[in-house]
Amino acid sequence: MPDFLHYEFMRNALLAAILSSIACGIIGSYVVVRKIGFISGGIAHTAFGGIGLGYYLGLNPLVGIIPFSLAAAIGIGLLTRKARISEDTAIGAFWAAGMSIGVILIGLTPGYAPNLFSYLFGNILTVPTSDLWLITLLDLLIGLMVFALNKEFLAVSFDEEYARISGLKTLALDLLMLCLIALTVVIMVRVVGIVMVIALLTIPAAVARSYSSSLPRMMAIAALLSIVFSIAGLWLSWVFDLASGATIILIASVVFLVNAILKIRGSRQATC
Amino acid sequence: MSEPIVVCEKLCVDRDGAPVLKGLTLSVHKGDFLAVLGPNGGGKTTLLKVMLGLIQPTSGTVTVFGGPPGATTGRIGYVPQSLQFDRTFPISVREVVLMGRLSKSRLFRRYGREDRAKADEAMEITGLTALASRRIGALSGGELQRVLIARALAGDPDLLLLDEPTASVDPEMKTTIYDLLDRLKADHTIVLVTHDTGTIAHHVSRIACLNCTLDMHEEGSTLGRTSLESLYGYPVDIVEHRAPSAPPTSSTPSGHRHA
Repeated sequence: MPDFLHYEFMRNALLAAILSSIACGIIGSYVVVRKIGFISGGIAHTAFGGIGLGYYLGLNPLVGIIPFSLAAAIGIGLLTRKARISEDTAIGAFWAAGMSIGVILIGLTPGYAPNLFSYLFGNILTVPTSDLWLITLLDLLIGLMVFALNKEFLAVSFDEEYARISGLKTLALDLLMLCLIALTVVIMVRVVGIVMVIALLTIPAAVARSYSSSLPRMMAIAALLSIVFSIAGLWLSWVFDLASGATIILIASVVFLVNAILKIRGSRQATC
Repeated sequence: MSEPIVVCEKLCVDRDGAPVLKGLTLSVHKGDFLAVLGPNGGGKTTLLKVMLGLIQPTSGTVTVFGGPPGATTGRIGYVPQSLQFDRTFPISVREVVLMGRLSKSRLFRRYGREDRAKADEAMEITGLTALASRRIGALSGGELQRVLIARALAGDPDLLLLDEPTASVDPEMKTTIYDLLDRLKADHTIVLVTHDTGTIAHHVSRIACLNCTLDMHEEGSTLGRTSLESLYGYPVDIVEHRAPSAPPTSSTPSGHRHA
């Protein structure tokens, strides 16, 4: 066993990296092919209200995030589809409202808010075992839902109009997908924090798309990439004593840029 | 007269306050091959979407197969414009065609043996069998168009609605697509929205000119240059609406049918 695995927090960190990457690969692929990264960012930031609620009530902030991110998913989904409010407006409103609720609740909580920084920017080195169970449970839920509804999710992602005239309840499917994104946000908070969730939801899937002929394959490659980014980030942050969440995101971003540059060169050669 | 499949009466549709369709009355009968011509913004796509139940009319009535539009899931095969698709989407030809079976399949279930057989059949009719595993991003415009037609056929529809199926394909492929429609019209009722004023006349049984309001032309009549120019607002090819060397048959209604 490598020496760093002697520590329980290191083993937990590795498990958190692997477990969160599974959800991130699956749901991130939908986020990328449907181009709903900004909605996902909105859901993640609204979840800050849940962190505040957790502190205020003295609960695990991760548990507080669940109702907030689900409410953001359903709220943004319904407002944009039913109330003819443009999507960026609805996202912006929820984003700011969630954060302000979080700030007020944390302010009302007596004393100092410990670990607040780690919920904003992630700290994979401090994942308690109880959170690993929660992450596993949410992973299973997401995996089962996507497995059961994969043809419906594929249809609404590729051609929502056609799905609708085929008799699918596209609004319900859309809201369900947004809720799965919300649960993925809960999973990712420990690893990269709510501010940077959007990067791990989009970058591995965006890179995977270049090498995938089907959505399931894209999900698998995205999950693997996410595992690589997380473990590499964890390792570098351990060796150089850096913030783990930020290191993970930076590695992902560098790979994303390199891949984009390779693609530009590839397409230039193809046209010559 | 054969059974009416789509009946629109005094159909009006407003979009964002502006009228798109103004008092349209039209009926499509079993076995019809109706072409809807008209300038962009004339309401052609809107008309198809009303028939599909995607757009609610502001006033007037629409019935499709005797019921409200949207309630007839599975009897209509819809071929949308191919330009709206994200070509980078990781999906194969077969997966898109299988989507045509959605209305026949159940929630939480995988596509079954019959679904796969119908998809294979649709790909064979449209000449896509060799491309079944190809990613849609690697297809030409004409191939993607045939994929969309195959998807519509996979659902075993009675009525086919096509939105500019030749808009993004080269002239050679256009002929292929019209030949395909010629074969399909034997056992499908077809409504086709198009700009191909020159070619369609040889294939279709009726022509509707749509620019917010409707002007019908039955088989045998000549759509004069002036009426088309006034429709489009610029010079267009004359459309001589006559079935080529087809003897008058009893299947085509002889009297002037009110649209």
